[in-house]
Amino acid sequence: MKLFRIRNIILVVFISFFTLPSYGNFPFKKADLLAKDTTSFVSPFEEDNQRCLKCHGQERYQYTNETLGREVKAIMCSERIVHKEEFYASNHKNFSCTDCHSAEYVKFPHSGELRMEQKLNCIDCHGGDEKFAQYHFEEIEAEYQKSTHFKMEEEGFSCWKCHNPHSYKITVRNSDNLKETIAYDNSICLNCHSNFDHFQLLTDREEINVIQKHEWLPNQAAHFKSVRCIECHSRVNDSIKVSHLLLPKTEAVKRCNECHSQNSILMASLYKFESKAQRRDGFFNGIILNESYVIGANRNEYLNLISLILFVGVLGVIAVHILFRIRKNNKTY
Amino acid sequence: MYLYPKWIRVWHVVNGLMFLILIITGLSMQYTDKENASFVVGFAPAVKWHNFAAIMLTVNYIIFVAGNFLTTNGQYYKTSRENFLEDLLKQLKYYSWGMFQGEKHPFPVTEKRKFNPLQKITYVLAMYVAVPLLIISGIGLLFPEITITKFFGVSGLILTDILHITMGFFLSIFMVIHIYTCTLGDKPTSLFHGMITGYHKSEEHHS
Repeated sequence: MKLFRIRNIILVVFISFFTLPSYGNFPFKKADLLAKDTTSFVSPFEEDNQRCLKCHGQERYQYTNETLGREVKAIMCSERIVHKEEFYASNHKNFSCTDCHSAEYVKFPHSGELRMEQKLNCIDCHGGDEKFAQYHFEEIEAEYQKSTHFKMEEEGFSCWKCHNPHSYKITVRNSDNLKETIAYDNSICLNCHSNFDHFQLLTDREEINVIQKHEWLPNQAAHFKSVRCIECHSRVNDSIKVSHLLLPKTEAVKRCNECHSQNSILMASLYKFESKAQRRDGFFNGIILNESYVIGANRNEYLNLISLILFVGVLGVIAVHILFRIRKNNKTY
Repeated sequence: MYLYPKWIRVWHVVNGLMFLILIITGLSMQYTDKENASFVVGFAPAVKWHNFAAIMLTVNYIIFVAGNFLTTNGQYYKTSRENFLEDLLKQLKYYSWGMFQGEKHPFPVTEKRKFNPLQKITYVLAMYVAVPLLIISGIGLLFPEITITKFFGVSGLILTDILHITMGFFLSIFMVIHIYTCTLGDKPTSLFHGMITGYHKSEEHHS
């Protein structure tokens, strides 16, 4: 078994060398993925929003300090930066900043009390709204409350830790590039799980090295590029589009045949939104083949049948041959 | 007569054992299901053992090819084009008819002719066509990151896999027939005995 260990080490070193800035980090950068999205969208609130983005849209801002009577240049705290391109490509691009934030923010300098304002959660806007009924936000909320992430609410976990309101966009159900969707969705998890600074904000646990933790997984790199973390780390719920019940690590899927089988769970999760039309070339779970290939899940019924006929045929010929040999032997003696 | 030198016998037994492991674990990977997690072997151990046996088989194959170049063993596989079809038919006719009529073997085993024409062609096809294709496609599946992702709009991995399982299937069929024809010696066990001791006892039949 040493051979596999050596092979895995070579693979990890190879992948790490080419993709990782430091060991334990991950190849996908959300900003890179989003940067590709250049949209020509023009917001009806562009002018209003620009008043905020003038300072909050960049790392460095400047303002006139009336007390000092001069222009002051300063660095914007990274948490308060909203990248304009990302915002106008996101799901909330139609919003005015003051739809969610107090209108008091229009005044500058901002009142210190405003920082204490209660932030909205997804359910505050999306819950009980017929327009969003098909997305079952109430069910998402219920699932989230059962998830392992919910336990960290007191430490500050909220919807926004995964779904940045200023940049998040739905990908899996309307993307035509599944690999990009996978990378985007995984980057959400890795934003904390491979960034110890972010991770420490929510827990006192030791740093997790995602690559080391998944060393048991054969062809790790291929898996990381071909499936989302949530395929194994969450429980599928058919009434919501994407599972939100994140499981503790002890309950994560570890049996290969959960995916590598004819009734693969991938069909209920990652491939849920792909065309329902079955391919006519006889492949089980053929829709996976448009993007990937999963041993055990992508057998071909025609090849199965042909091989079975050939095998039974060969056994039949051998059986007949044996019968003739027995007959000849009986005649001889 | 002494027909099978030690290196051939060792190669043969390793090849056979590895191939058995590969068939069992290959079927296990292809046909495991969620409910009955182990078709024969569970998926995870099947992957490990399949990889292990595949590496062993590949190394063993290199030894086989090198051995055939470096010793006289390679000569036994040389097929003459002259009377190629006639000789094949003669051998086939013997297996399907002649042997039941008490006819003599058309190509008895000698020190210069270890294999009959049917053996020659099947061994050459198996060892120099199917096994190399099986190994190459297997490497493609072992390192999916080096396999081309798209080939004329179709996943490169599925094409590699179809080639792999097709070759695996043909070689499995070959193995079944090979083992059966090995019972066609003087006694059903004599040819197996020969492959263990190295000595071929009969000049009548052989697999």
